[in-house]
Amino acid sequence: MIELWQSFVIGVNELMPWFDGNMAAIVIILIKAIALIMPLLLTVAYFTYAERKVIGYMQLRIGPNRVGPKGWLQPIADALKLMTKEIIFPSKANIYLFLLAPVLAIAPAIAVWAVIPFDEGIYVTNLDVSLLYVLAIGSIGVYGIILAGWASNSKYPLLGALRSASLLVSYEIVIGFALVTVVMIAGSVNLNTIVADQQGGIVNWYFIPLFPMMIIFFISALVETNRAPFDVVEGESEIVGGTHVEYSGMTFAVFFLAEYANMILMAVLAVIMFFGGWHSPFEGMGVLESTFAWVPGIIWLLAKSTFFMFLYLWVRATFPRFRYDQIMRLSWKVFLPITILWIFVVALMTQLHIGPWFA
Amino acid sequence: MINSIKKLAKNLTLSELRSGMKITAKEFVNTKITVQYPEEKTPISPRFRGLHALRRYPNGEERCIACKLCEAVCPANAITIESEMRDDGTRRTTQYDIDLFKCIFCGFCEEACPVDAIVETQIFEYAFESRDGSIMTKDRLLKVGDDNEQAISKARSVDAKYR
Repeated sequence: MIELWQSFVIGVNELMPWFDGNMAAIVIILIKAIALIMPLLLTVAYFTYAERKVIGYMQLRIGPNRVGPKGWLQPIADALKLMTKEIIFPSKANIYLFLLAPVLAIAPAIAVWAVIPFDEGIYVTNLDVSLLYVLAIGSIGVYGIILAGWASNSKYPLLGALRSASLLVSYEIVIGFALVTVVMIAGSVNLNTIVADQQGGIVNWYFIPLFPMMIIFFISALVETNRAPFDVVEGESEIVGGTHVEYSGMTFAVFFLAEYANMILMAVLAVIMFFGGWHSPFEGMGVLESTFAWVPGIIWLLAKSTFFMFLYLWVRATFPRFRYDQIMRLSWKVFLPITILWIFVVALMTQLHIGPWFA
Repeated sequence: MINSIKKLAKNLTLSELRSGMKITAKEFVNTKITVQYPEEKTPISPRFRGLHALRRYPNGEERCIACKLCEAVCPANAITIESEMRDDGTRRTTQYDIDLFKCIFCGFCEEACPVDAIVETQIFEYAFESRDGSIMTKDRLLKVGDDNEQAISKARSVDAKYR
């Protein structure tokens, strides 16, 4: 133990000069991270509020309206409640893994945002393989859920974790293939390049040649983020709360944050992939373009992703939960054949130089 | 064959999902029917059967003549009555208790009463802070009646033509 500590101290001492030399860079990275994470967490908080309101409205209710004017302080109250609640550890759970699980869930959910381009030149890092990075880091999030199910040492969480694992395996493939078509058009796995390639108004966006892929991507995103109607991982009526059963207070809140951060990520990703990212839909339309020229790109991105976020809630308010084997069948027997077929269609369109997309 | 193609086309265009989402979208913009309870209240029927009350005649004399019909008809045995003869020769109750934990608010006591003494008011927002608070004694019943006589008689007069 002492040797370990000594080697740690030596390691830190060796690193110190490097820190001294790069202090400015580190501070800038920290500022960027905070500038990204704080609005993200705020969006998550108010996304939960929007969810309750929208679902309430669709069920002819009003939704939360008691805390603050029109219920605007409801998410703050929720956060305070979750922070002050006791964290209960199951007596036979492995506490270290039990606490590691929420961290493993939230860390990738936030780390993925590092490569998301919000506007031309507005990103934390510009990776050349950012799409692969998103897929890779995004899939790590499921380890949090699997670990939560395993570490809880309880039946229902384990069932939820198994479901989550098998769903991820099936739908990661579908999402991968759906995004391959995007990569085929853009000729790049850099998100900045993909968005830049969709420049030139609504007709140049990829959702027109890739319409089925967009639908499939959105539905698969619902599965990936464990949202209704594919929320079998939680499945209140079948397995109580799935992986969340044994979690309470802040540990549960962290899972919650991760789930919603992933939802928002998938909405933004759908916009980047299929709806032209930060580009205005009116580019190259004369009067309309100049009328809306003052709107910054980030507003367009957020407005478009807000629509997809609304779609999440709309879908949740409408459909009953799928049975587990139905979700599996949907993936392997419907989505996968269609995506593979569409890859060939895209290849054909590339050869024939159809439309503005394959010029 | 044609049917299966039709079905395939229907499935691939997500037509049923879209019609479902159309319905929720319609309800999303519809007027909401929630009643904001403490501020807004739903209308209450004059026949509403809420908290009990004992009424008095306008001259201040209590109506109840201790006939014990309510006690007899009460299906939950919630009413307990003791009576004695007063100095002026009339029979009055010395004890008139209703156990609200037993009471099922059927309104039979009100129907059985020959002098409209025991009534059920439109009051439904009440609470007790101790366990014996559930026993409505004669004093408390009379007080409810005195405090709400206007509302009670109004409800009765509205409903009178249907009795």
